[in-house]
Amino acid sequence: MGSLVAHGPALLFYLFAALAVVGAVGVETLRNPMYGAISLLVTFLAVAVLFLLRHAEFLAVVQVFVYGGGIMVLFLFVIMLVNLHKLDQAKIFWKQSPAALVLGLLLLGLFGWLFLHVGFGPAFEQPLSFVTAGGGGGGATGNSQAVAWSLYRDYLLPFEIASLFLLVAMIGAVVLGRRQ
Amino acid sequence: MLEVTTNHYLVLSFVLFAIGICGVLVRRNMITVLMSIELILNSVNINLIAFSYQHSDLTGQIFAIFTITVAAGEAAVGLGILIALFRLRESTDLGRAVELKG
Repeated sequence: MGSLVAHGPALLFYLFAALAVVGAVGVETLRNPMYGAISLLVTFLAVAVLFLLRHAEFLAVVQVFVYGGGIMVLFLFVIMLVNLHKLDQAKIFWKQSPAALVLGLLLLGLFGWLFLHVGFGPAFEQPLSFVTAGGGGGGATGNSQAVAWSLYRDYLLPFEIASLFLLVAMIGAVVLGRRQ
Repeated sequence: MLEVTTNHYLVLSFVLFAIGICGVLVRRNMITVLMSIELILNSVNINLIAFSYQHSDLTGQIFAIFTITVAAGEAAVGLGILIALFRLRESTDLGRAVELKG
């Protein structure tokens, strides 16, 4: 029991990392997109827990709300809207799939090579200091507050551009979805 | 000693990214392809969060917020295109979208 508590974060990481990978594989292999979407939801929630383990509490909640809530509802809505008839006979893979899998494995090999040959530098001292710092966080007391300080002071222009981007995306989606 | 480092997160991110790329290349269903793209964007977020923690710098988390914003816009527009294509072809199979085929 003592070792379980001592290694708790590591065990949680392995558990939820495995869950995320299983969910991702499910997205690609399940025939019915509805089951694929549920599998994707598992991955999103597992990744949210991994964010929590890296002390990105605000991002974890945003992940659950935006991905697990908004984007997932959008996907399920569209899956129900389109008529998925003859699902059992339809081919789900292209015939060049083996070549694509080989390419994917090559990509993973490239990542592995980079991983072994490129150093990322040592971890900095006091890995928790960013909870209160955040670019002169003004005495912020938590991750959300630190993120808000940084977002509204140092990254105000990108923030406004992001809102403009969302407006453009919204208008584009409405125009695309309109009946001619 | 069981300790989770940035490298662990990087390996997970690599695996999720490769799975997402394979899904985009392999699947015929347009909905699944869009879900694979979401998977790829999410794996990038894992990298940003891991390096944010390693460097004690909030910039990574801010960038992750912007990535999530772009992912939301991409899902909305992509699904709008999917609906338009479905009206035209009565199918979500990418093999039926052959307008640009030479």
